[in-house]
Amino acid sequence: MIGGLFVYNHKGEVLISRVYRDDIGRNAVDAFRVNVIHARQQVRSPVNMIARTSFFHVKRSNIWLCAVSKKNLNAALVFQFLYKMLEVMGSYFGKINEENIKNNFVLIYELLDELLDYGYPQNTDTGVLKTFITQQGVKSQTKEETTKITNQVTGQIAWRREGIKYRRNELFLDVVESVNLLMSPQGQVLSAHVSGRVLMKSYLSGMPECKFGINDKVIVESRRAADSSSAAGATKSGHIAIDDCQFHQCVKLSKFDTEHAISFIPPDGEFELMRYRNTKDISLPFRVIPLVREIGRTKMEVKVVVKSNFKPSLLAQKVEVRIPTPLNTSGVQVICMKGKARYKASDNAIVWKIKRMGGMKEWQLSAEIDLLNATDKAKKWTRPPISMNFEVPFAASGFKVRYLKVFESKLNYSDHDVIKWVRYIGKSGLYETRC
Amino acid sequence: SPKMQGVAASVSESLGNIRPWLQKVTTQAKTTDSKYFTTTRKGEIFELKAELNSERKDKRKEAVKKVIASMTVGKDVSTLFPDVVNCMQADNLELKKLVYLYLMNYAKTQPDKAIMAVNTFVRDCEDPNPLIRALAVRTIGCIRVDEITAYLCDPLRKCLKDEDPYVRKTAAVCVAKLHDIDPLLVEEQGFLDALKELLADSNPMVVANAVAAITEISDSAQTDTAADMLCWSGQLINKLLTALNECTEWGQVFILDAVANYTPTENNEAQNMIERVSPRLAHANAAVVLSAVKVIMKLLEMLDPNSDFVVSTIKKLSAPLVTLLSSEPEIQYVALRNINLIVQKRPDILKQELKVFFVKYNDPIYVKLEKLDILIRLTSAANIANVLAELKEYATEVDVDFVRKAVRAIGRCAIKVESAAERCVSTLLDLIQTKVNYVVQEAIVVIKDIFRKYPNKYESVIGTLCENLDTLDEPEARASMIWIIGEYAERIDNADELLESFLEGFADEQTAVQLQLLTSVVKLFLKRPTDTQELVQQALSLATQEADNPDLRDRGYIYWRLLSTDPAAAKQVVLAEKPLISEETDLLEPNLLDELICHIGSLASVYHKPPAAFVDGRGGGQVAKATKGLPSRLAAEAGGAAAAAAGAGGGDFGAGTGAPGRPAVSVIPTQESLIGDLLDIDMSGGATAAAAMAAASASTNQQPVDLLGEGLDSLLGGPAPSATSPVPPSGASAAAGGSGADSLADIFGGLGGGVGGGLGGGGGFDPPMETWLPAQKGKGLQIEGRFLRRGPQLSMELRLRNNAMQQLNGFAVQFNKNSFGLAPAQPLAMNPLAPQQSVTTLLPLNTKGPVQKMDPLLTLQVAVKNNIDIFYFACLIPMYALFTEEGDMDKRVFLSTWKDIPPENETQFNLGSYAHDADTASTMLRSFNVFTIAKRSVESTDMLYQCVKLTNGILVLAELKIVPQTNAYTLSLKSRHVEIYPGVHEAYLAVLKG
Repeated sequence: MIGGLFVYNHKGEVLISRVYRDDIGRNAVDAFRVNVIHARQQVRSPVNMIARTSFFHVKRSNIWLCAVSKKNLNAALVFQFLYKMLEVMGSYFGKINEENIKNNFVLIYELLDELLDYGYPQNTDTGVLKTFITQQGVKSQTKEETTKITNQVTGQIAWRREGIKYRRNELFLDVVESVNLLMSPQGQVLSAHVSGRVLMKSYLSGMPECKFGINDKVIVESRRAADSSSAAGATKSGHIAIDDCQFHQCVKLSKFDTEHAISFIPPDGEFELMRYRNTKDISLPFRVIPLVREIGRTKMEVKVVVKSNFKPSLLAQKVEVRIPTPLNTSGVQVICMKGKARYKASDNAIVWKIKRMGGMKEWQLSAEIDLLNATDKAKKWTRPPISMNFEVPFAASGFKVRYLKVFESKLNYSDHDVIKWVRYIGKSGLYETRC
Repeated sequence: SPKMQGVAASVSESLGNIRPWLQKVTTQAKTTDSKYFTTTRKGEIFELKAELNSERKDKRKEAVKKVIASMTVGKDVSTLFPDVVNCMQADNLELKKLVYLYLMNYAKTQPDKAIMAVNTFVRDCEDPNPLIRALAVRTIGCIRVDEITAYLCDPLRKCLKDEDPYVRKTAAVCVAKLHDIDPLLVEEQGFLDALKELLADSNPMVVANAVAAITEISDSAQTDTAADMLCWSGQLINKLLTALNECTEWGQVFILDAVANYTPTENNEAQNMIERVSPRLAHANAAVVLSAVKVIMKLLEMLDPNSDFVVSTIKKLSAPLVTLLSSEPEIQYVALRNINLIVQKRPDILKQELKVFFVKYNDPIYVKLEKLDILIRLTSAANIANVLAELKEYATEVDVDFVRKAVRAIGRCAIKVESAAERCVSTLLDLIQTKVNYVVQEAIVVIKDIFRKYPNKYESVIGTLCENLDTLDEPEARASMIWIIGEYAERIDNADELLESFLEGFADEQTAVQLQLLTSVVKLFLKRPTDTQELVQQALSLATQEADNPDLRDRGYIYWRLLSTDPAAAKQVVLAEKPLISEETDLLEPNLLDELICHIGSLASVYHKPPAAFVDGRGGGQVAKATKGLPSRLAAEAGGAAAAAAGAGGGDFGAGTGAPGRPAVSVIPTQESLIGDLLDIDMSGGATAAAAMAAASASTNQQPVDLLGEGLDSLLGGPAPSATSPVPPSGASAAAGGSGADSLADIFGGLGGGVGGGLGGGGGFDPPMETWLPAQKGKGLQIEGRFLRRGPQLSMELRLRNNAMQQLNGFAVQFNKNSFGLAPAQPLAMNPLAPQQSVTTLLPLNTKGPVQKMDPLLTLQVAVKNNIDIFYFACLIPMYALFTEEGDMDKRVFLSTWKDIPPENETQFNLGSYAHDADTASTMLRSFNVFTIAKRSVESTDMLYQCVKLTNGILVLAELKIVPQTNAYTLSLKSRHVEIYPGVHEAYLAVLKG
């Protein structure tokens, strides 16, 4: 398992160094700095072997987080853990940067002591950690209190503590989808998929058992088969075919596998209930039609049409189109019908921002790009794809929440008393059109 | 629901307000700890010392923080040890943790002072607060100081039975820590039992940590008892799978990884396990998903591949694997490396998912390169158009490595899908027109492969290629171009001029280019003898007279002689028809692939190397550790032995290239194979031959009738396969040809690497029986055994026990090739064995079997067959079993032999001291066929001159020196074969200890 964990700043100075195993020495800290952080070339792999020691790293802004081992350990687990650690640190002190890490180094050591034991990840749930790693000391706690903590850290339902009470039982569901597209210049969809997340905020008393229903074909059909009393002729349309889904720790996976039922006891507060992926019948909110013409060696003409492809009553927000320009661009003249377009030399792109855009609209931008005479033909411009950002108030996959029922047998509130909110957000993932 | 939509906007505001509770802690923690990171000043240590001893608590705490900060940045603050330890008794938990952190770092360097901390540790282990008890037991296990370890046992024992699960889960891991420090102590103190009990704990996290600890301990187990004890049983696995539901995500990974090490005994069990593991494929944690995939991939091997269950299971695997590609790039990378393996093992799983491997512009380079690799593996006639369009796109990107790989991929498409070859070639020509230097070079390399695959089809492009001659500066591209010129010499009018121009800079070229140039000139000569005589003479004299490289020189001489003695024969040899190149390149060698499938998710799967290649072996000592292998449908447990046998076979192939013991068979064409190409069976050609041999050896291992290796034997001993050249050149093919010889000289001569390993067991003349095949691996058949020598007769005594529910019969035994050619002298005579019955039988052995050097030298791989299955196991032959009766010799002969052996072969061993005098020792040793030739006393020191003859005729001469006062025994050995010294040394020890 993980032999040691180091945190460096961008210069390669050590901010945190925690060694869990005897086979990792201090020289490992330097080896990573010299061979990876200070390497001349771009780092070509997140896993590097230096002198029979393996280094796994992730980078967040200027901070390098690096796990070290000399064993044949589970690599997927290491990276999952590193990301988890970033999440935990983030929820304790906000942004991961040098200042915050230095300011909280004692806390981080305390966390590392708890997160890993002999390099084996232990309980990494932020909510639970916050019950006993507080930087306040635990001296004053009574026996009952500590037992409660230890039970929760190690317990079966590690993600929720007992005895939670709310005056108003309320829950919020956000269906957040990111739409990914790669389109050829001719408008052929090369690949498209939606990766969706169902985020939940629950403010429920006690230990409520929740049942979640969605319009996935498999789930709906198996439900119907199981429940023969329901009308067989119910609407067949409106079901989507989810390729794959994954669930939060709290969802009973074996139950999902056998009965296709999503049931769980939710953590208190905010969490990601479910993740899913869909590739079929995606309604792409936008279409970009590029037209690039190179006129001689010093001029280019670009025309980009953006079409919105959803109900006219809906409004897309934060629409942004990025049109890459060659490195030797000397000047750009842009004309656009709507929104604001600007050439950003630092990004080598024309950035076209549209605050709001209704459905079934078609807007155009045209630009003339002046180029410096290209001297080195090896540095030929490779025409990176045009990318788009946007936010739309619907799920591009057609994902629908059918119900979310709450059962808490011990307390006297019923499903009807719970106030529920649902909203759908479609965002752009990598939304690219080649030109 | 529409009502819900309506209120969405207003809700979004209220959602925003909920965030602050999360940040509450942030503001609390806003301290200014960064001040501790200030740079060193003179006298700082002194100041810290004073502060650490301050009266004020808060000051002490500040000081400890400063010490930790200094430690972090790598300053040596070890001199503050006593002062920091003084702060340990603090009742402030935060401070205590910091002090513990300091202790873990420095205790090893200050063992005598570390002992000061013991009392506090022991006290903390009894603290009423479980968090403190756990903290103490967690820390104490990390302090690797013997004196402290001794104090650890009692508290640890208590903590393992603590009422609080938090303490128990910490104690479970602590057992693994202690085992790393002192494995025997862990066994003696019964901690292994305690750990096993924790597997039945009511708390899931305790179970998970116990599983992790057991897995780790059994990986490095020092003794058989420990290894056996920690062996997973079906019942236990069943329990663990039940616990899976309740564990944390990490606990699930520990359990799945442990489950992956277990091979069920029946198909039903395997199917049941798959059913219970499959739900994990929907877990959000990629490590859980990959570990579940690993378990399923392994178990699938045991089931009928055409059954509905297997087909539907395979279907289930594809979606979760694709989903992994939407995670963070580093996790994608791990997933892609694994998918690369999975696609090679079971291409069907991701056949339909080609598009998810299309490269995105913003993917990190490591993701791009891996995706490209997989893309090519999934290419088929059905999707070639899409793939080719993508590859063309990639070939215009910026990253040089990526572009090269894309170009190479286009060539591979051409070779793989014949119908698309023409389109690929024209795409490559387009790319050559870009004149981008590295694109052109890469294109030429792949076009050469296309020529190999489709001879005489695309020569029209040669003209275009020749236009770019000047720009080629990479050896591989130059060599490829030269190959093309030689191959098509009759169609290129100015071939002689072109080659001549290359010949001008002959001395500056790399070997690969030189060799290719030589060959091409000879080809040209054979095709156009009239006007190229001068050229060929020039090339031959350059190669034979000017070059320093022996390969080049040898090849030059061979050509020279061929041409001067029999030009017709030369033509037959040099212009012989070349074997086809294989469609799939870069495939992993099948045995390695199977091993790596057992390591899905782990580093081995990322590196595509077996763990042994990058993990320093620890505890490989006593317990034979077979490499992991997939279970087969024929023999559930064949994996280990088969893989081991194949590994040894691989060593054979590799002998010539200097990599004994590691499978050197490579399907990946390398630069080196070009060097070994005398007759133009270049790159992939040689690789195909090697692959064919690898495949042949693999299939031999799986044949049910031929228990072990006889097919392999004939393959190795017989003439080299037709694909290889009749004249052994250098490099890989030489190894394949030459390794067949099984004379002893060959085995021990030359390359013998370090021969490790010692004697298992030990003991007297009749050593105790060892368990060679535990019942759970033998499907109920348990085999214990030992080696005995009665007079001249060497035998293997076997005790077979039937723990199964049915009668066992039809026993047969066979040995794999081994270092000393041991083989059964007669078939195993065994009556049917009723359930719960056991029988002991003596199997006489001879040494007429096939010989192959093993590593460790004394390893013997045995296959036992019965009506149920074939079982494989390995054991160690004790060296003294190989001492023959013919060891006696004349004194003069002894003396001259002693002198004949070079002095650097002499090695001395201290044997320790024994009560027996020289004569007793001599008698004891004699009963083991160690012959005392002469005895001499010099200043009351006795010297015995002894001789041992091994079954294969190797002589070992020994001088045993016994100093009477101390009774210290010193042994000097002399033999031509130093590899056997460790074994002889062990044998002496065993005999003298009685």
